[in-house]
Amino acid sequence: MIYLDDAFRVKVGLAEMLKGGVIMDVTDARQAEIAEKAGACAVMALERVPADIRKEGGVARMAAIAKIREIMKTVSIPVMAKARIGHFAEAQVLEALEVDYIDESEVLTPADEEHHIWKRDFKVPFVCGCRNLGEALRRIAEGAAMIRTKGEAGTGNIVEAVRHMRTVMKEIRMLTVLRQDELMAEAKRLQAPLELVQFVHDHGRLPVPNFSAGGVATPADAALMRQLGAEAVFVGSGIFKSSDPERRARAIVKANTHYNDPKAVLEASEELGEAMPGLDVRTMSESEMLSTRGW
Amino acid sequence: MAVIGVLALQGDYEAHAAALRRAGAEPREVRRAAELDGLDGLVIPGGESTSMLRLMEYYGLMPPLAAFGGRKPIFGTCAGAILLASEVLNPPQPSLGLIDMAVERNAYGRQLDSRVARITDHQLGGGELEAVFIRAPIIRRAGAGCRVLATYLGDPVLVESGLHMAATFHPELTPDDRIHRRFLEKVAAWTQAEAR
Repeated sequence: MIYLDDAFRVKVGLAEMLKGGVIMDVTDARQAEIAEKAGACAVMALERVPADIRKEGGVARMAAIAKIREIMKTVSIPVMAKARIGHFAEAQVLEALEVDYIDESEVLTPADEEHHIWKRDFKVPFVCGCRNLGEALRRIAEGAAMIRTKGEAGTGNIVEAVRHMRTVMKEIRMLTVLRQDELMAEAKRLQAPLELVQFVHDHGRLPVPNFSAGGVATPADAALMRQLGAEAVFVGSGIFKSSDPERRARAIVKANTHYNDPKAVLEASEELGEAMPGLDVRTMSESEMLSTRGW
Repeated sequence: MAVIGVLALQGDYEAHAAALRRAGAEPREVRRAAELDGLDGLVIPGGESTSMLRLMEYYGLMPPLAAFGGRKPIFGTCAGAILLASEVLNPPQPSLGLIDMAVERNAYGRQLDSRVARITDHQLGGGELEAVFIRAPIIRRAGAGCRVLATYLGDPVLVESGLHMAATFHPELTPDDRIHRRFLEKVAAWTQAEAR
């Protein structure tokens, strides 16, 4: 089974090390330094944060190599970078660059509307987004070593991340109470491989760490996602689109560690300036939604 | 049953809690200085050492952790080993200084250099030891007070020094609990000695 071989364990191993942490989107070395100083456990290098991709439109691609390299040189924490869905050549370039993790991300413009990257061919680990358990298991079957909710990136609106995390966690809980002879039909319904459905049934969790992304903008957002079952959080536009990135980064790191302690989340929230401007997901058309990219 | 704290600021603290439970101890998550009270020992898990360091600074945990280490056993893995060291390289950063050793961060390289190794040169008894190295550090100098319990490619990867133990790999990510048991034996010996 794929989740038992050494190569895969090493990929999942790094995801294990990132648990309980905050992974921050950064577009240059200066932002990466701010993130590391605030206590981020990793950074995600990209050309524009999702809020700007949303505003400016056009085709969003893998970040410029010089930028990623500069970020890798500046910080000692792991550096992730995004490749377009299905763009395995971008992923090959990122692997050659020796980034620590690749996010096959719906935030970039998909390169393939039918196929995701066959991630088992790579030595570098991948994280992929999902909206439900079936999608998570399909990505894991392709070789993803970390799963995150898609949420709705660049909106500063947590509603979609909540929907996706609740859906995944509920579907996991439901699987655990099924009888053995009901799993094949469930695999058919989820459109996921039986061996992974079996794993979730037996263990009550995904075979890889389960993080949250897409809309986290405040310390309370981070605490909410952790309490709903996320083992770590990604913060995209939420930090560098706010009025005081240093303080917000610090506050989200603090709230994320003490997510179960409302007084600590209160204390972290107290010193903050303006959050990023938010978008109402309900007024957005299907074509504006990033989370519907990929399947 | 020994009550062992697991520093839960960031990292794979749940994997350590599960390993401690398997080895016969009662784990307890620690995020505040007050939560160190009543513990028989402490584990500092794997994760990102800079991230843990920041959180220790935010909550003033360095002095109470150093004081705890003066009285009780601490076991650190990977980032935990870095935090226990007296000297940290690549880049230099503050640490608790509870074990006289110099540790270089990310010394094998980036994630592509992470690996699972089978270690035969160890003093734990039993067969080979499976060691998961994730962006692992290397112990560049182990002080005179350090006893080397395992080596890999010529470098010490598991050391014991006074009350404390440090591994540059992740025994918590394998089902083999020999190393956690060894730590619990140290804790038991120390608790008995203290009671006398």
